Amino acid sequence: MSEPIICARDVCFQYDDADHPAVDHVTLDVMKGEFLAILGRNGSGKSTFAKLLNALLLATSGTIEVDGLRATNEEDCFAVREVCGMVFQNPDNQIVATIVEEDCAFGLENLGVEPAEIRRRVDETLRAVGMEKYAETSPSMLSGGQKQRVAVAGVLAMKPKVIVFDESTAMLDPVGRRDVMNLARKLNREEGITIVWITHFMDEAVLADRVVVMDAGKIALQGTPREVFIRTKEIRALGLDVPGMMQLSAELRAAGLAGLSATTMTVEEMAEELCRLKSRI
Amino acid sequence: MLKDITLGQFFPGSSFLHKMDPRMKLILTFALIIIVFVSQGFVGFGLILAFVLLVTLSSGIAFKFLVRGLKPVLFIVLFTFVLNVFFQTGGEVIFKLSFLRITDGGLRMAFFLAARLVLLVICSQLLTLTTSPIALTDGLESLMRPLKRFHFPAHEIAMMMSIALRFIPTLMDEANKIMKAQTARGADFENGNLVQRAKAMVPLLVPLFVGSFRRAEELAMAMEARCYHGGEGRTRMRQLRYGWRDGTAAGVMAALLAAVLLLNYFRVV
Repeated sequence: MSEPIICARDVCFQYDDADHPAVDHVTLDVMKGEFLAILGRNGSGKSTFAKLLNALLLATSGTIEVDGLRATNEEDCFAVREVCGMVFQNPDNQIVATIVEEDCAFGLENLGVEPAEIRRRVDETLRAVGMEKYAETSPSMLSGGQKQRVAVAGVLAMKPKVIVFDESTAMLDPVGRRDVMNLARKLNREEGITIVWITHFMDEAVLADRVVVMDAGKIALQGTPREVFIRTKEIRALGLDVPGMMQLSAELRAAGLAGLSATTMTVEEMAEELCRLKSRI
Repeated sequence: MLKDITLGQFFPGSSFLHKMDPRMKLILTFALIIIVFVSQGFVGFGLILAFVLLVTLSSGIAFKFLVRGLKPVLFIVLFTFVLNVFFQTGGEVIFKLSFLRITDGGLRMAFFLAARLVLLVICSQLLTLTTSPIALTDGLESLMRPLKRFHFPAHEIAMMMSIALRFIPTLMDEANKIMKAQTARGADFENGNLVQRAKAMVPLLVPLFVGSFRRAEELAMAMEARCYHGGEGRTRMRQLRYGWRDGTAAGVMAALLAAVLLLNYFRVV
């Protein structure tokens, strides 16, 4: 967790047809093995920033280094994309092949890996995301959550050091959402893959190591989820909601449960807090 | 209703034909079509028909699938048959009504032409029924590869085909959704004459087109994110390999060609 894997310095990006920058002088380090959540309302520049990280867009000014490679250089872009994979929002529009295992192999085929090695890595990766049973299935037969797991497999097969999830749960049902989130956390914990999790669901951001809130292309707030979400007023002013459990704890405190901690963020913590209070009575 | 349409109507199985290399199947289908056109006598056609039926039987595909596939071309077959019966001349006149004449030569020609068309459809159906769309695109890409030297975009065509196949079900779903949404807004897709119904398709097709452009853009980005940069230096997980089946099949096809040529040479009809 000590050294940064992504160093963004003073990064700006402006779309050709826009009159103000989408990303405006952002400086941010992402540490190795970190689970970083980036929050922000629509148009805050969070998705644009994500696309700068693997050179899908090239920054107008400033530098981004990913694992020592320059994501701001056109020549390095394929090397950067190999290190920094990306899972997009729409599960339908990022699966290329007509069957699951072919899609998982797509990235490796592009890299020119030997066929036998591709086969081995595809099997391994599909097992890692729990989709081995569907290896020969058509993606159109899968649920949204399953499709996103296939998309993760497609990225994971390339053995990236960082995976950026660009609102990958936004189009999923609650079950699929939890599925994909748990998969990302597992990869983070067990494989040591750095995760950049872009979302507008507060309950997901709560589970991250660190939260960055973006607004109008700038970083508005950052810190651990606890540090960030305690600033309720600022969060609301940025057009975001406070996590459900924090909301509940605030209301319980207002209703007279003064002993309740103001930084209760997850359901588990809330249960614990309430039990603690109950035992005291 | 839209979901029933599958392209290529692949029928999964594990027969000899299913297990053949798609490249050899493509080549041999082409060869068989040539044989069908080379053949000139009843005996020759009988031989080919027997061969095709045998192959169908061994592939485990129900005959009704083949018959169903013939339906759309039935009209063309009948039309060419009738046209040839009346306008081909040669041989003895066996029927005459004012300017209409039927000769036995014309009758034969018409019959052969119809038989050729039917066999043509059956041959290509055997290919698509026993080969998965993926195998078919792989085979095509591999066969077209030598044409790259003449700047023929073999990889791009294969990639386009496979993406098209991938998105057919997705776009079907979307078309269904749009149809329901437009019906809810009072659109009527089922009543009216041909012109009215064609007009009713506009509010379906416009959003579908706009949607597919958006999809295409996102897909292109997702492909780039996974290091796609064209066919240059790309490998494939699935490697095509010729096996004993392909050699055997090629041999059988060569024998069939030889038989038909011999029949032609000795003018067996």
